[in-house]
Amino acid sequence: MSKFLLKNVSLLGEAPTDVLIQDDLIAAIGADAAGKAANHDSAESVEIIDCAGLIAVPGLVDLHTHLREPGFEASETVLSGTRSAAAGGFTAVHAMANTSPVADTAGVVEQVWSLGLVAGFADVVPVGAVTVGLEGKQLAELAAMADSRAQVRVFSDDGKCVSDPLLMRRALEYVKAFDGVIAQHSQEPRLTEGAQMNEGIVSAELGLVGWPAVAEESIIARDVLLAEHVGSRLHVCHLSTAGSVEIVRWAKARGINVTAEVTPHHLLLTDELARSYDAVYKVNPPLRTQADVLALREALIDGTIDIIATDHAPHPDESKDCEWNAAAFGMLGLEIAASVAHDVLIASGKSTWQRFAEVLSHNPSKIGRLAQQGQAIAVGSIANLALIDPSQTRDAVSTESRSHNNPYLGLKVGGEVVHTIYRGYFTKRDGKVAAGGRNHAAPTDVNSAAKVSN
Amino acid sequence: MSSLKHLLSAADLSRDAAINLLDIAETMSSVNDREIKKLPTLRGKTVVNLFFEDSTRTRISFELAAKRLSADVINFSAKGSSVSKGESLKDTAQTLEAMGADGVVIRHPASGAAYTLAHSGWINGSIVNAGDGTHEHPTQALLDAFTIRRRLHGAASSGKDLAGVKVAVVGDVLHSRVARSNLLLLNTLGAEVHLVAPPTLLPANSSAWNAVIHFSLDEMLQTVKPDAVMMLRVQLERMNAAYFPSEREYARVWGFNADRLAMLRENALLMHPGPMNRGLEISAAAADSPNSTVLEQVANGVSVRMAVLFNLLSGERSIDNV
Amino acid sequence: MVARTVLTGDDIDRAVTRIAHEIIESNHGVSDLVLLGIPTRGVILANRIAKIIARNDANFSPADAVGRLDITMYRDDLASNPTREVTETVEPGLGIDNRVVVLVDDVLYSGRTIRAALDALSDLGRPKVVRLAVLVDRGHRELPIRADFVGKNLPTSREERIQVQLLEIDGSNGVLIES
Repeated sequence: MSKFLLKNVSLLGEAPTDVLIQDDLIAAIGADAAGKAANHDSAESVEIIDCAGLIAVPGLVDLHTHLREPGFEASETVLSGTRSAAAGGFTAVHAMANTSPVADTAGVVEQVWSLGLVAGFADVVPVGAVTVGLEGKQLAELAAMADSRAQVRVFSDDGKCVSDPLLMRRALEYVKAFDGVIAQHSQEPRLTEGAQMNEGIVSAELGLVGWPAVAEESIIARDVLLAEHVGSRLHVCHLSTAGSVEIVRWAKARGINVTAEVTPHHLLLTDELARSYDAVYKVNPPLRTQADVLALREALIDGTIDIIATDHAPHPDESKDCEWNAAAFGMLGLEIAASVAHDVLIASGKSTWQRFAEVLSHNPSKIGRLAQQGQAIAVGSIANLALIDPSQTRDAVSTESRSHNNPYLGLKVGGEVVHTIYRGYFTKRDGKVAAGGRNHAAPTDVNSAAKVSN
Repeated sequence: MSSLKHLLSAADLSRDAAINLLDIAETMSSVNDREIKKLPTLRGKTVVNLFFEDSTRTRISFELAAKRLSADVINFSAKGSSVSKGESLKDTAQTLEAMGADGVVIRHPASGAAYTLAHSGWINGSIVNAGDGTHEHPTQALLDAFTIRRRLHGAASSGKDLAGVKVAVVGDVLHSRVARSNLLLLNTLGAEVHLVAPPTLLPANSSAWNAVIHFSLDEMLQTVKPDAVMMLRVQLERMNAAYFPSEREYARVWGFNADRLAMLRENALLMHPGPMNRGLEISAAAADSPNSTVLEQVANGVSVRMAVLFNLLSGERSIDNV
Repeated sequence: MVARTVLTGDDIDRAVTRIAHEIIESNHGVSDLVLLGIPTRGVILANRIAKIIARNDANFSPADAVGRLDITMYRDDLASNPTREVTETVEPGLGIDNRVVVLVDDVLYSGRTIRAALDALSDLGRPKVVRLAVLVDRGHRELPIRADFVGKNLPTSREERIQVQLLEIDGSNGVLIES
């Protein structure tokens, strides 16, 4: 049995209190916690951790992570990716399907899921491909993945758009059978042939092929109408334009079952950065304009956008250390997400830690149907926590990923994740990621509650 | 004379720096007119023509310019490299650095490749952008400005800018590095720039561009009465990507033909960066008219490139003197 | 820094006059004679010398017999001194082939400028004879070059600077030594 007493910790910005963690559960909160810790059988040692000045939020949950394993282990592995997640305060990540082989069968998703268990730094929840090989031609065996030990609920061809409207309709309909969701990468392929960056003033000057906002917005508009028509759930990945926000807002007002995510980089960076021709700023969807950034920040605050998801996309140096056109799309995100959320919601004075917990923990858990993640910080809940020091500014480094495509390098950001507690185990403590993962036996019921509808 | 480390964009040039280069080009031009067309200036320097894209004209123009300044010239054709399989830009650059290249003239299909090469730390030599994707081609803009200045001012060109000169750039502006560099340099030199193109061949957002946009060539010729008309080369593969319906329609609406030649002012310049698609963007009658400056542009290209290489390479190697 | 005048405006005029006469004398007249000034002050001195020659011999026409020779492109110190202005080279109307070319410069020092001028000249054509006229020879030659016509020999140390001032560009005439 392990016991920790978090002393003087602020739960979601409330007055400081104490939290007792026993094994993988929150055992007590408040005066009760200190009392239980003190009165306890003296044979059991209770480790007391001074948390003065720290804010506790539920362990962060990422709905959009590229762990690259199997197939691209030079960029990232399940182990290095979940270590990076732990560094960023995450206790669960959804592993995107564009691995090699593609996660389009029960075998592959179970492999990824079990690699996560072995690593022990976060729950690794595989995302299944919508179509075989992400080719957009034939539905993958979605039900088999849903029924596998990985219990897949989120399906996405991320990196590619399910552009065929009929196939998209069928996918939306089919996943209703197991309460799944289609997470669409909204990119009209014909409108983005050869596209390199946001289409606008900067692309016109730089002579890089433009990526018009309408290529994203037209797909979102079509998909919300399809979701309404078939009565299914749609999740919009990495929404990046002010126009997309308007469409999602309209769809929600209309009662359509749609959720939307935004990445840390689309909340912070703009297409002006492409002027350096530094491919670290090359990403899909592309960095947009300042007006878009402002619209996305407002939409995150007002609830139009439901979650922040990182789209953590590691790439080896040689894929970025080259001319812009030849470079790969994507940037790191796991170790910056909490700081960006802090910037948008807390430092701005416009929102609350409660909203912080919604966009980075409660809501992604609901969308992914993860019963054991995103729980309220309450007695009996699983001890998944991130402890954040909002008074700290730090260098925006990424220490745990195998890759170095970190566009934030050189920036100072606020909100440091000091501790990450994953199922009662410190995956990060005093700013350092643990040497080894959670040594407990694999919890047999890791996703057993996933079928609870929400 | 201020000396540049690299020439990557026409935006690198201030008005004074541009005029200075054009004036040096005048001097170089007189060298090109004499019997011994060679100067010892860059003896012992090595210039590499690094061409990832076929362009015999540009390459031999730079080659001649470097040779007339007595530099050693190496032609490095790396067609199809880098973006597809093969040696990366980084490896190529580091190889050239190891060989001691003082200057690298780079032509590359990717926009920004010259900028990346200059700012990567892979190589210390001076970089001249000889065309990067659909971005820029600054020496073309310089030779165009030189050609306009000479036609307008003749022997009295030195020291002059292009204040008040009306220049129309016609055709595929969207994909044209020549248009982008000319837009920048012509504005720097005080010219008034007009762009004429089908809407599909203009950038979707050119609002920040300092130019007047026209969709009708005839209307522009009648109302603007330009001092120079610069026709851009049309690439036929654009037609298949639905930028315009047919060659016949393009030639009729945006091509420069005998009728439009008649609308030109008597001394106006009709320019083309070459190679021309006769019968598409320019008719034979127009291309061979006295207004046409096509061959002057070729000759002036050597003088201008000599001036650029002289400016960039007559300093100490590896000192960043931007 | 101390500047001391070693030649006044009158001294310069006398030196230029003497050089003009010596040129005519050594050439036995003005036939085939052309002057090439080396920018910047050599050009002015060449014009002054030409005026005096023309005054003495009406067969000499400065308009056809004086030119300028820019040597920037022929320097051997471009690497360390890249910011030199490039100026125009103007051949005299008579040309230089088979002419008696007198190069004119203000100060003769290391000889490297004249070496560059000789190179530049050989790319322009083939003179019959090349002579050199300078206002001041300050010594410290680094090449086997000497002047045929010298206004004034000025022994100097390498640390000293010779400054030639001519009315046309400097607003006054005089030669100063700064030390």
